[in-house]
Amino acid sequence: MTARYALRFGALGYLTMLLLVPVGLVFYRTFQHGLHPAWAAVTNPQALHALWLTLIIAAIAVPLNTAFGVVLGIALVRHRFPGRGLLNAIVDLPLALSPVVVGLALYLLYGTGGWLAGLSEHGIKILFSLPGMTLATIFVSLPFVVREVVPVLREIGTDQEQAAETLGAAPFTTFRRITLPAIRWAVSYGVVLTTARAIGEFGAVSIVSGRIEGKTETLPLYVQSQFDSSLGINPTGAFAASVVLALIALMTVLAMRLFRPNAASLAMPLKGRGGFAGTAVSTRLAGRMGSESEVNDSKEGL
Amino acid sequence: MATSSAVAVSRPGAVLGRAGGGLARGIAVGYLSLIVLVPLAALVWSSRAHGPGTFWDEVAKPEAASALKLTLAVALVVAAFNSVTGTAIAWVLVRDSFPGKGIVNAVIDLPFALPTIVASLVLLELYGPSSPFGVDLAFQRAGIVLALLFVTLPFVVRAVQPVLLELDREMEEAAESLGAGRLAIFRRIVFPNLLPAILSGVALAFARAVGEFGSVVLISGNRAFHTEVASVYIFGQIESDNPTGAAAVSVVLLLISLAVLLAIGAFRHWRTRHDR
Repeated sequence: MTARYALRFGALGYLTMLLLVPVGLVFYRTFQHGLHPAWAAVTNPQALHALWLTLIIAAIAVPLNTAFGVVLGIALVRHRFPGRGLLNAIVDLPLALSPVVVGLALYLLYGTGGWLAGLSEHGIKILFSLPGMTLATIFVSLPFVVREVVPVLREIGTDQEQAAETLGAAPFTTFRRITLPAIRWAVSYGVVLTTARAIGEFGAVSIVSGRIEGKTETLPLYVQSQFDSSLGINPTGAFAASVVLALIALMTVLAMRLFRPNAASLAMPLKGRGGFAGTAVSTRLAGRMGSESEVNDSKEGL
Repeated sequence: MATSSAVAVSRPGAVLGRAGGGLARGIAVGYLSLIVLVPLAALVWSSRAHGPGTFWDEVAKPEAASALKLTLAVALVVAAFNSVTGTAIAWVLVRDSFPGKGIVNAVIDLPFALPTIVASLVLLELYGPSSPFGVDLAFQRAGIVLALLFVTLPFVVRAVQPVLLELDREMEEAAESLGAGRLAIFRRIVFPNLLPAILSGVALAFARAVGEFGSVVLISGNRAFHTEVASVYIFGQIESDNPTGAAAVSVVLLLISLAVLLAIGAFRHWRTRHDR
């Protein structure tokens, strides 16, 4: 019994010191001089522009990654073709790769002397402007929808899709009326993860943006520039912007509770999923990587 | 079940029709190439632009080599630490019950959702020069480890939790009825079942720790040969206009990421083999 309590309080104490106290402190530091300085810090033109830019980039990256994520998921699960294993590995790569490496790769591709440097000579500016920052954000947030959709597509199998086909449904009708309703909660969960990553991305965007204040500065970059310009002494601007980002993060965590796939619903994918209960089974950040072999193996076992 | 999967295998591409299958595949390959493959190819190309010799020269530069060594060392420490704390937290979340458990379970995802630069800012505030606890880890290696522990927290917990949840307790009850102590049960029954999941989580945490930038950049102080990790070194090389040096170290990080993904695939295979 004592061992149990020791473990419980050890784990909770660790989480408190590592997570709760730091996040609580952002709120405290922001509002310690009252509401007014904090409000002024987030409503000045530079901060508002940074917030606006962050939201625009997310508004481009998230729908693109959602649409292509569903197509990628279908291609990975429903089709057999040479190089499918490789494709699967490439989808996972952004999860394991440093954002700085992503930023540099884009910088070298579109920058002076790069393969696609000619685009800027034709008036298409990629680096140090919105397209480059969006490309970097798409890269780092690419895996999430795919990785949520893949296990659910495997789980539901092809019986209903084949039935629809037999009854004469066109491929797109089958997708819209059978496949899409079955994967909608997984897609929603993937969208939440993608959005969180897109809004918070720092390293990759930092390199391709050139950090031009008031022009190519997203909210996370604004946090750093405010911190730097205050020389670390009472950086109210940095804290206030952090509170905005932390609130978005808290909403994300809530949305994750809402959409997270759980054991019962995975067994009945067509009967509505979601709700607050349950813990994920196979679709968690780590749990889903490489689940490829899992299914193939279990088929061999049958 | 066996029949349906046999049908699915014998009729690949049946779902979207042959044309639809080709279309989905084409879109998938095209999108991944445009977003991921072409930039990475440009990166690898740039690292060798002045011959393979320059690649090795850049990686072997004292500052670059020191940054890579430090990165691997702190990532190993963080991964090892996470293997214990992550498993313990997962255990508490699955096997223990106490008021507020749902909130604790939700909070685990916070490091994933919180932008890394915010994490860096708050950790510097809390464990930096103006720390309310009087613990100053700023510009030290311990500070880097702390930041990495923050951002890698969810990986092992979320890898172990579902496996622990599905683990059949009959084995443990049988062992207990045969007189095994709690430690023996954990060591000989629970732990072997959890090991592949723990290793997968640890591998992901390691990969994240190797590449992490945002959460480290403020707290580490970026002192060359002392607290400069590889990602910060790469960033500095871009700023000081040495893209070849930045690309060379980046290729090393890319290779580490690929190795970790391969390892995770192997752990996964191992786990499914145990299931059968």
